[in-house]
Amino acid sequence: MRSIRARLFVILLVTTGLMWLSATLWIFFSTRAEVEQVLDARLMEAAKMVSSLVVNQEIDPDRPAQTKAKIPVLDHPHYDRQLSCQIWSLDGTLIGKSESAPETTLSAHATGLSETVINGETWRVYAVENAELGVRVLVGDNLRIRDRLVNDVVKGLLFPALLIIPLLATLIWLSVGRGLAPLRKLAGDLAARDASDLHPINESATPSEISPVLGALNGLFGRVAGARQREQNFIAFAAHELRTPLAGLKTQAQVALASNDAEIREKALGQIVAGVDRTGRLVRQLLDIASVEASETTPPAAEVNAGDMLASIRSELLGHAGRAVTVVIDLGLFELRARVNADLLRLAARNLMENALHHSPAGGTIRCSLETDEGNVAIAINDDGPGIPPEEMPHVTERFFRGRFKAAIGSGLGLSIAELALDHAGAMLRLQNRATGGLSAMIILPNRLIA
Amino acid sequence: MRVLIVEDDDILRDGLKVGLALAGFTTDAVATRESADAALAAGSFDAVVLDLMLPDGSGTDVLKKLRDARDDTPVLLLTARDTVADRVSGLDMGADDYLGKPFDLDEVAARLRALARRSVGRSTALIEWASIRLDPARQSVEKSGTPVRLSRREYAVLQALMSQPGAIFSKTTLEDKLYGWQEEVESNAVEVHIHHLRNKLGPGLIETVRGIGYRLGGDN
Repeated sequence: MRSIRARLFVILLVTTGLMWLSATLWIFFSTRAEVEQVLDARLMEAAKMVSSLVVNQEIDPDRPAQTKAKIPVLDHPHYDRQLSCQIWSLDGTLIGKSESAPETTLSAHATGLSETVINGETWRVYAVENAELGVRVLVGDNLRIRDRLVNDVVKGLLFPALLIIPLLATLIWLSVGRGLAPLRKLAGDLAARDASDLHPINESATPSEISPVLGALNGLFGRVAGARQREQNFIAFAAHELRTPLAGLKTQAQVALASNDAEIREKALGQIVAGVDRTGRLVRQLLDIASVEASETTPPAAEVNAGDMLASIRSELLGHAGRAVTVVIDLGLFELRARVNADLLRLAARNLMENALHHSPAGGTIRCSLETDEGNVAIAINDDGPGIPPEEMPHVTERFFRGRFKAAIGSGLGLSIAELALDHAGAMLRLQNRATGGLSAMIILPNRLIA
Repeated sequence: MRVLIVEDDDILRDGLKVGLALAGFTTDAVATRESADAALAAGSFDAVVLDLMLPDGSGTDVLKKLRDARDDTPVLLLTARDTVADRVSGLDMGADDYLGKPFDLDEVAARLRALARRSVGRSTALIEWASIRLDPARQSVEKSGTPVRLSRREYAVLQALMSQPGAIFSKTTLEDKLYGWQEEVESNAVEVHIHHLRNKLGPGLIETVRGIGYRLGGDN
């Protein structure tokens, strides 16, 4: 059943009905026992009374059977004749009977209570023997009448119940509906929402049963709003980061056009070349981000030799970087083989090494070493640049964040790309300032990635 | 006319600094919010070119601080975010004009001239005083319809004086308008430029107010 209202309604109605039914059954049986007891007592009393009347000679046991005495009864319109009486001589002759009594004997038993079926009707009979006068007095109740009495009592109880049940059902239906009103209100509020409205729903006014649902919903709203905010920030930053270098290129080009001074013109053209390099790198990084983000499913892992990979990145970067920086790769790294997506690992390592290069002083050394970090293997890229100020540490992997010690060519994307790529490859990035100065960027490879 | 450029991108900052200098402005450039605040607190800029996204904060913070200090220096915002909402919020915050990146260097120069003109309550682009006519857009000066050739510094002194006729400019104020931070100021530079201007435009044009400075004089 998909409606909570219908479900509750049925449950409540069935349980109430069952309660009612068992109460009725209980009343039925207890009333019946009670009535039987009272009526049996009446039978006994009546039998004894008749017997005593016979003793008083009002009925002559010696009288012949054909002149059977009629036991007098009161004639009253509302009097329902319930008791029947027979007086038998001990030799088996019917001496007298009441009007409603049958001709045949009401009981085969000599004395006491018994039940007899006569002409299809059941009688409950009490017999008293009067040995002194030689008579047996039988007083009987027709059970049909008794049952009617009990049934009347039960009907008296059931009849109002039948009237009340529809009323009760209506009340249950309405109360359940009222009880579920907060749910309906919530549904209405949600339905009326704008697609962009991600404000949390006010939890204070809602019943405790719905608040877990609301909590989960608000959590979801929060995550969606966060994702949307990050997306908007990214677009705003990307717009800034792409348009600013374009504005710079255009301005420098206009300077070169406007100036007659060869020195100014040459400098402007140099700036244009640098600007194109930087913008080209930015475009490449944005494309890297897009492609890493698109690789939702982890592509098949290959076996990568860390040392070989770092050496190839080194020759690529030092090939056209005109800076006197030495990159040293520890021999241990050539022993390290990782089972990981090679493209992602290389992208991360390349960005980390570029970052190290941009921040290294002239004549500096970048040392790539094999480390262990909490039981995991790590590839560390250590530079002797300025490091990262502690207050900037939480932000350096945010996209487009550029700290106090930014490199001229830096886009604020490198560390962010490294973290993203490692995350997609199942590895981790840890940045820490070295005790001797400079930054240590560690690619932490969980043991399952080690071949 | 002295302009402060606040832009964190090295290439763009350099381009603006050199390009606006070519257009006749005296330019100073900074890259961070902090140094922008410091430069503006020192005063004496006729206009500010302000980028909104700075590494250590937002250009709007610089703008707010400037306006909170009741400084009415005209501000031209430069931004990559040029939706209508961004423009509106920038202008509402007290910016005088707004340019989306990438922009045209000539347009920046023209807008700065317009801002400077309006800030001294003038609505026409040409400045005229007696028989002298100065065209800030072309950086040209005419006396009675005849073009007069002036050096960049001479032009700057004349433009400063003509932008607020009647006002007295001290020697220091004129030096501020002539030289950026890195430029060496010769001790009698202003006197030399005034002397050349009197020679080229007539001795009565610039009056010396003893012990205070200079102002435009009556016709000669």
